[in-house]
Amino acid sequence: MSVEHYWAPRTLDEALGHLAGGDVTILAGGTDLMPQKNAGRVRLGRGLLNLSRVDALRGVAVEKGCLRIGALATITELLAHAAVREHADVLAQACDRFASDQLRNAATIGGNVCNASPAGDTLVPLLVLDAEVELASRPNGSVATRTLPLAAFLTGPGRTARAPHELLVALRVPLRRAPAVGRFFKFGTRPALDISTISIGFAASRDGGTLRDVRLAYGAVAPVPMRSHAAEAALDGAALTDATIARAAAAAREDVRPIDDVRASAWYRRELVFNMTRRILDDVAHA
Amino acid sequence: MSLTREIGFVLNGVRTRATVPVAMSALDMLREVVGLTGTKYACGEGECGACTIVVDGRSLCSCLLFAVDCDGRELTTIEGAERDPLGARLEQAFVDCGAVQCGFCTPGMVMQAQHWLQAHPGASRDAILRAIEGNLCRCTGYVKIVDAIERVAREAP
Repeated sequence: MSVEHYWAPRTLDEALGHLAGGDVTILAGGTDLMPQKNAGRVRLGRGLLNLSRVDALRGVAVEKGCLRIGALATITELLAHAAVREHADVLAQACDRFASDQLRNAATIGGNVCNASPAGDTLVPLLVLDAEVELASRPNGSVATRTLPLAAFLTGPGRTARAPHELLVALRVPLRRAPAVGRFFKFGTRPALDISTISIGFAASRDGGTLRDVRLAYGAVAPVPMRSHAAEAALDGAALTDATIARAAAAAREDVRPIDDVRASAWYRRELVFNMTRRILDDVAHA
Repeated sequence: MSLTREIGFVLNGVRTRATVPVAMSALDMLREVVGLTGTKYACGEGECGACTIVVDGRSLCSCLLFAVDCDGRELTTIEGAERDPLGARLEQAFVDCGAVQCGFCTPGMVMQAQHWLQAHPGASRDAILRAIEGNLCRCTGYVKIVDAIERVAREAP
């Protein structure tokens, strides 16, 4: 079956109305949808809904104790935004390692999250930042929203908790008061345009020589990007000594559940997790 | 028969209308519907930059852009690059520096360089390397391409 309807609405209300009809493919930046369609991995639905003219889905703002990122914010826009650097530096670092300029100019954060790749570049930093997703729908003529943690939204490779009639409208990153340290690391065969073999996101607040509120997340080592709570526990409230660092890195290596694929074997990924976690923490200890 | 849409946009300064299947890429529209073949098809998945065009001031891989999304937008392709003095200088610099071998990557390189230098005049060599990291060249080894872009970045406009 081929596409029977194409819509390019300007308001969220209209967009949600089209979505309610069912069997609709959502288009934002197109950087994932087009190659997936061409490769036959995605079948276009009866309706094709182009969100790119819905201005309500744009913009980055600090409001109500959080950094609210509109789903249509492109990776380039995030890189250029001072509030992202200030409140979500680990995300800004990941955006700098995202694909290439041409792709950063088109790709949206909402698309990257909904695509739910185990290796999705923005997912690891968003997990580290305790991000929430804001979903909207129009069940009975009026717009309803619900919010859930990103960790609950990602349910499997390419799968999310988004219902077919729902739209991801924004991401919310809670603001933290304590001065924070953040690091993003991505391992690939070249810096640009590479799908991560593994990726690591780290954030914490600093309390003298010790770390508090430690968050460590890993990409491309499990069906969904994941936090390593065991590694976080090993670091929380501890001084960053060589022994602590080694303990945390070993805990992360135990926690991850990688597979063998074209980019690396499971064994190699585990070794990367250990060694690169150690490198990041060494770097933080000596910064 | 697949669903089509008639769209209107400005292409290299010229108001243009085209009827396109809704799932067609902007690259296919440029090459097959409009008939401008300067923009190249190579990888078809955003990895090589040969199809780079500028849309509303942003450089994009036209192979990943839905043609219908061009409705109401302003497109610049390699055929229109010289309309902008910066594009004309880049084209001349590519010639002068011998930055072209087979030439297949050249349109994408010029469009990406033009977009980048527009936003970052006087960009450093390192910044230029980052700017074209999404553009593959399999002939030159990049040195002369970067030389050409750097020459334009260093010149007073």
